[in-house]
Amino acid sequence: MADIAAPSSVAAMGDNRSSLHKLMQRKSTVAFLMALPLILLILGLVAYPAGYAVYLATLNKGMTRFVGFGNFEFLFGRDTFWLVVYQSCLFAITAVIFKAIIGFIVAHFVHNIPSKGQRKWRGMLLVPWVIPPAMSTLAWLWLFDPSYSAINYLLAPLGIDRIPWTGEAGWARFSVILVNVWIGAPFFMIMYLAALKSVPEQLYEAAAIDGATWWQRIWYVTLPMMRNIIAITALFSLIVTFANFDIVRVLTAGGPLNSTHIFGTWAFRVGIEGGDIPLGASVSLFMVPILAVAATFILRDITKRGSEV
Amino acid sequence: MANVAIAAGGTARPNYGSMSRDRRWALRWSYFFLVLFAIFFLMPPIYMLITSLKTSQEISAAGNPWWIYNPTLDNYIELLTQNHYLTFFRNSAIVSVCVVAITMLISVIAAFALARMKFWGSATLATGVFLTYLIPETLLFIPLFKMFAWFNETFGIQLMNHWWTLIILYPTLTVPFCTWIMIGYFASIPKELDEAALIDGATWTQTLTKIFIPVALPGIIAATIFAFTVSWAQFLYPLAFTTSTTELVLPVGIITTLIKGDVFNWGQIMTGALLGAAPPLIIYAFLMDYYIAGLTAGATKG
Repeated sequence: MADIAAPSSVAAMGDNRSSLHKLMQRKSTVAFLMALPLILLILGLVAYPAGYAVYLATLNKGMTRFVGFGNFEFLFGRDTFWLVVYQSCLFAITAVIFKAIIGFIVAHFVHNIPSKGQRKWRGMLLVPWVIPPAMSTLAWLWLFDPSYSAINYLLAPLGIDRIPWTGEAGWARFSVILVNVWIGAPFFMIMYLAALKSVPEQLYEAAAIDGATWWQRIWYVTLPMMRNIIAITALFSLIVTFANFDIVRVLTAGGPLNSTHIFGTWAFRVGIEGGDIPLGASVSLFMVPILAVAATFILRDITKRGSEV
Repeated sequence: MANVAIAAGGTARPNYGSMSRDRRWALRWSYFFLVLFAIFFLMPPIYMLITSLKTSQEISAAGNPWWIYNPTLDNYIELLTQNHYLTFFRNSAIVSVCVVAITMLISVIAAFALARMKFWGSATLATGVFLTYLIPETLLFIPLFKMFAWFNETFGIQLMNHWWTLIILYPTLTVPFCTWIMIGYFASIPKELDEAALIDGATWTQTLTKIFIPVALPGIIAATIFAFTVSWAQFLYPLAFTTSTTELVLPVGIITTLIKGDVFNWGQIMTGALLGAAPPLIIYAFLMDYYIAGLTAGATKG
């Protein structure tokens, strides 16, 4: 520990520093002051608003009267709300699963080629992650354009008729998930690639000598070795996908007929655009349970890793 | 695509004929699928570029959308000579640079205190920082919106609809993560190093500036890149907190000014989006390794 620093060394350093304020010499005081901006930021702009959201959710629309669970009761009675719950879960779970699968496959292929070329491929495949999501979603919106869709143009020779990418509920749901997977899969790829590199080569050699097939090697060697990374990446992604805003907002703005609204976009629609701040706060609070569960698992993993070190 | 999993190192092994043949096939399949995935991953940015080089007539013509018949730079010229876009770009740049500076100042100092100078509650605070990082902005924008309104009523300072408000807001997204990865980097520095410095009579400030910052420089670069990309890409806060054309930042500016009702000026939208995506892409092209180090270090949001 670096704790040797405080009393003994200060005393040993002699009298020339005794002019400094006694309190300021105490390591813990200095440390606290150094962390103070961080603490203030977290308390003032994250913790307080989070608590304030709970309070707001108990007020009426004009924010003049306490209504308790009134907003929640109102939400439970509305079909749109249940549509949003369904779509949020569908969106987050499907997108995370596909991101994980595609990321895993691509990571394998990159890992497979000679290490000389890996850098180039990795660099190219991470581009979707680097472009700001709002900008790349605009490109997708244009690719999905009802009358000039460039994807439909490519699909036409295959005999596939014009697809209403953002115009019809089912396809719109598919489209927002597709764009989310497109943005998120490269991140999984990078994480899995790092994990693949850390699997000792001897394990594969041993498996090969034991006559393991390709599938057995993945199932019994790669996956167990990567379990931690897979779990933590998926949990992180679940949190972010669940709380997504940019993609849905730009691509469909919740439409058609609210079928692609997720909690974030619907909270924005109701709270900011609709002017009902308490109701918007109530909607966004529904993200908390799933966030809390994912955060608990992530935290458990991190403390476990911390104690192993 | 059997034997895909056998990785490099085949040369060291006794050369079984079938194995090296399998390996050659595995390699071919790998390249084949990588090309397919690369096409999928690069299609939107390439289409952005294609569209940005077309005239409006060509965009609305019935021809092949993937081919440019009359390449033109009109979209770029028009976008860069009208004031709006340059204002958005300037706002984005100022906001991002300020946010990066504030973030790094707060998080490096705090991470140093949390990693090396234990104080009462420091372990709890480190966990708290991490939890803060998991709280999404979609949960906070409504209470913040109300808080700003209250702030205006109480102190008479209007925070709403000013681009500089974003400088106050964005650190909530960047500081927790940057502090978290800086704690990690600082904790990996051998204790002997700072003990030696302390024995030589270095103050805490000197230990931080002369030892920790130089040694953890890769981490600092990674955190800086992260802070920049996050503040450049942020969409929800500017959408909720700014409305006047002069106060907008890039992503929101493009969407609100170039889409007029049902009229989409696609040539300019794609040009604007491409130019807006350029700064992060350029940084990424030059500092890819730091970028990836930052991604994998803290298990970034994804």
